[in-house]
Amino acid sequence: MEEASPPLRCFSESHSSELFSDDGVQTVTSREQRKVERSIQEVYSVYQQIHTSSQPTLLREQHYHYLKKGLRHLSDAYECLDASRPWLCYWILHSLELLEEPVPAAVASDVCQFLARCQSPTGGFSGGPCQHAHLAPTYAAVNALCILGTEEAYKVINREKLLDFLYSVKQPDGSFVMHVGGEVDVRSAYCAASVASLTNIITPTLFDGTHNWILSCQNWEGGLGGVPGLEAHGGYTFCGTAALVILGKEHMLDLKTLLRWVTSRQMRFEGGFQGRCNKLVDGCYSFWQAGLLPLLHRALFKEGDSTLSVSSWMFERKALQEYILLCCQNPGGGLLDKPGKSRDFYHTCYCLSGLSIAQHFGNKDLHNELILGRDENRLLNVFIFLPSRHQLIQFTTSAQRRSPKRLNISTGCLFQFRQNLHQVQWTSH
Amino acid sequence: MFQISSQISFADYNLFDLLLNHKVLCSASLDSFPALKSYVDKIAARPKIKALLECENFKKLPINGNGAVSIMSSVEEISNSVAEDLEEDGVEEENTVEEAEMEYEEPVKGGYIFYRDRKEWADLEPVPQDDGPNPVVKIAYSEKFTDVFDMFRALLQNDEKSERAFALTTEAIDLNAANYTVWHYRRVLLQALDKDLREEMKYITAIIEDQPKNYQVWHHRRMVVEWLNDPSEELQFVAEILSQDAKNYHAWQHRQWVMQEYKLWDGELEYVEELLEEDVRNNSAWNQRHFVINHTSGYSDSSILDREVQYTLKQIKKAPHNESAWNYLNGILQDGGLSSFPGLLEQVTELQDTCSSPYLTAFLVDLYEDALETNSSSYDQQEMFNKALELCKFLAEEKDTIRREYWNYVSRSLQNTYGSGDPVSASSDPPPPPSSSQLPDMEPSDP
Repeated sequence: MEEASPPLRCFSESHSSELFSDDGVQTVTSREQRKVERSIQEVYSVYQQIHTSSQPTLLREQHYHYLKKGLRHLSDAYECLDASRPWLCYWILHSLELLEEPVPAAVASDVCQFLARCQSPTGGFSGGPCQHAHLAPTYAAVNALCILGTEEAYKVINREKLLDFLYSVKQPDGSFVMHVGGEVDVRSAYCAASVASLTNIITPTLFDGTHNWILSCQNWEGGLGGVPGLEAHGGYTFCGTAALVILGKEHMLDLKTLLRWVTSRQMRFEGGFQGRCNKLVDGCYSFWQAGLLPLLHRALFKEGDSTLSVSSWMFERKALQEYILLCCQNPGGGLLDKPGKSRDFYHTCYCLSGLSIAQHFGNKDLHNELILGRDENRLLNVFIFLPSRHQLIQFTTSAQRRSPKRLNISTGCLFQFRQNLHQVQWTSH
Repeated sequence: MFQISSQISFADYNLFDLLLNHKVLCSASLDSFPALKSYVDKIAARPKIKALLECENFKKLPINGNGAVSIMSSVEEISNSVAEDLEEDGVEEENTVEEAEMEYEEPVKGGYIFYRDRKEWADLEPVPQDDGPNPVVKIAYSEKFTDVFDMFRALLQNDEKSERAFALTTEAIDLNAANYTVWHYRRVLLQALDKDLREEMKYITAIIEDQPKNYQVWHHRRMVVEWLNDPSEELQFVAEILSQDAKNYHAWQHRQWVMQEYKLWDGELEYVEELLEEDVRNNSAWNQRHFVINHTSGYSDSSILDREVQYTLKQIKKAPHNESAWNYLNGILQDGGLSSFPGLLEQVTELQDTCSSPYLTAFLVDLYEDALETNSSSYDQQEMFNKALELCKFLAEEKDTIRREYWNYVSRSLQNTYGSGDPVSASSDPPPPPSSSQLPDMEPSDP
């Protein structure tokens, strides 16, 4: 018999006072927001009727089967992601990692071989065999290989060519284009910083001017836009901030206004996060937005802030977990944006990532857990094994759990992991 | 006569299939349902459907093992598979599949010829995708998709620069507009074949209308505009896209690029005001307002700043719970300092009775904090301090509890910086221990 579960925030008497106030002035924004709130209310009321005493449950089995299948086969609905197949590998592998489901060695090996086929002869990885290299699938491929963490995986990456590729997309103003002949936005800086850092190929000049370019993306709202001048947006803000952390320049941001902006993105009624002010909640922002709080916590600490909480990130952790568990799970497996939307692997990855962040505060020395619902809902805490700030930023790789290996440039094999980015050295060029 | 609108849709193919199956299982089953019978007859009479129903391959396909035929199992043109376990799958992000508005070509085995079978392509050997012996994330491409991309790979491999290659890129884009390799190749061909860029503008206009949330299409348009060095259609085009989705990020990005590149600032403030008139909560429009002013007059001119403050307060009065307006007010006053703007505290305090909102309260906290920071003599420092803390508590405990952790932090910070040392009202954590272990991942720094 299940014990009575602690009351959910969304079922409290006063919760309806959090509904959007349109001040009697209806616009497209307020109508859309009210529509979403109504659908969420519907979810709550159904939940209350069915689950009178049970606790919110992460549908581990179902998610596992959805992911396991997808890692092998995808329907033709995925034709539109035919130029993003390393992403599919990454989203699925990271989701499995968070669920602490092991990847069989044979499967891991197959992933390595596939990603090897996505590697471009001129360096970097592309969306699929025979496509051109692009920073996004490069990020996805390198991080997927780091999740696998086997020698075979590390060996796939041609580090010298990767560096060539990064130089080939670097712009004079410090920014990066996503691919040769492609567009610029702050995602590229993050993709570049992430892979360069993980593979230890950062040279003294690679990121010249990059931090200044990223800083110029912070706007009047406090968040960052895709390029200077644009509206502050969760995805771009995460990319820019995380890139700066990797480059050791996060203190140059206006942390206070950024903190105000991101904390304001948590929706008072839904509990999840929106991507931009006055837009709708979306499960994926559980990571892009909530993921900023650990970064900021650390950045502020480094600045000497002694008033930071010792028990929690600065967002409502319970509310986010409620949103994800009650509103973002597909009963057949997979997670999603909001009720009414279809499941997909992108949302599965980032909803689970957000859930993990909400569940775990701190590091191995100071760890505070807040698991909503049953204990089995607990996901992997990606911080716990990760001693270096680099991993903190990544939220993705478990690579540094393995012991550091010797570097061998000429054969492009293994990486030398650094525990502390102060010691980053470059070894080629 | 169709289910959803005046145009045929996926729902109709689905129902048609179901009803056809009924007729197969029991030929008279629809006789008592004249509307359904007529619906089935009309769809069956559509030329391409008729051709499909008559074709041998189709007639041979089973349904549910009953030996009859299913239209759905034979349709390859439809991009979202109808198989049961796949119906729920959505696809994400750059190119989210719009659920309601699928455009379907009639399913045809009758009229369409695969490239591998076309005589004008006979000289080119298709290059199948090499996924390796044990593929992962293997997509169940339709036959058409495979055929087009096998041919595309062949062209790419041979670096063929021809009209037929150009035509094929159109097909490939139609199948997956996110394939940046195809777009790149198309651009190479546009130049190599000296194609008519005006025609290309028409093409890209149509594609963007159809898929306005795709990165590649906007980037392609930008390239063509640059080559033509002609931005004359851009602002109107973007306005048209924004009229369908006033917050489309790519559209705004393109608009800002055009304006900066070609110095087209005239009339933009008016355009922004129109958008704000339509939806005062359009945060993208507020951002554009800031963008325009920043790049033209700037905010340092006090008459401009005054105008903006008054404009914003006016919008706030109309809709006090509109966060965008409050953020804008804060954003434009940051540099000068909120507490330095004459009369602002009074104006905002006045709003408290009629226009209270958590945003107003937060704004006051910001204003008080600014007064403390600048050690402004216009304000009683102690009063500012006390009020700021009082409001932080009010927000954390009552009006903005979702941000409880944040407001408690602000409160502690204020106390730490401006406090006299006496502990003030509770914030959720006790003072942190003076140790370095409180931080995630802090390792001792290396020399």
